[in-house]
Amino acid sequence: MTLETVGFGVVATVLLASSLAVVLTPNLFHAVLYLAAALVATGVVFLLLDQPFLFAVQLLLYAGGVVTIAVFAIVVTERLVGDRITQTSRQIFSGFIIAGAVLVGLLTFILRAPLTRPRPPLAGDFTRAIGDAVLTRFVLSFELLGMLFLAALLGALYFARPDD
Amino acid sequence: MPASVSLQGYLILAAVLFAVGLFGVVTRRNTIGILLGIELMLNAVNINLVAFARFNGDAVGMVFTVFTISITVAEVALGLALVILIFRVRRTAIADHLDLLRG
Repeated sequence: MTLETVGFGVVATVLLASSLAVVLTPNLFHAVLYLAAALVATGVVFLLLDQPFLFAVQLLLYAGGVVTIAVFAIVVTERLVGDRITQTSRQIFSGFIIAGAVLVGLLTFILRAPLTRPRPPLAGDFTRAIGDAVLTRFVLSFELLGMLFLAALLGALYFARPDD
Repeated sequence: MPASVSLQGYLILAAVLFAVGLFGVVTRRNTIGILLGIELMLNAVNINLVAFARFNGDAVGMVFTVFTISITVAEVALGLALVILIFRVRRTAIADHLDLLRG
């Protein structure tokens, strides 16, 4: 039993527990905090797969950006209706059926797939490979991503403008 | 227990995470809660991408992961802006109450 196996077990437990808490806790604000824990745990999974750069991206963008925006949205939409930030769930039974059916389908597919390839040794620096690929082979997609961010920024500004 | 976690281990973890996120999307009534469930599902996809890329020794999957993370953040920012806008107009953030298009 290596360090990686133990680490994977611990991280998987934390990730699944916090994600279950995200969808089950009645307090919406607590759900966002559990989501932050789940996002950091996902980043640690990236670390287990030898990707420190993606871990940093995950922390900066998800755990930093998304959680901040979500808390801000909760404050804006809940403060005005009172100090009640509880939320309820509906149709738990049918939701369980749907999610369970999808899970069973995915697991059957994964377990029947011939995925016997062993993990190759770490060949070179993946961060450098990512940078090279982004600025050579995927440079057009990279520029389109910039356009997407510009459009998102303009859209958010348009939505947030004061009523006149 | 094997010496090293196999590709199947990561895929199963991602599948369970995806199902949990789907459960949240189906059952939550608050629109912000639904968006949080979508976040979980997208995270499962990212784990799959990184795991496949690592086990193939190819950096292309990592590039796609960087793209999906960036697009997801833009999507969430815009989605929450929409939630705030809908709240300003309709005074509710509960998905069941947003039945403006119901015939």
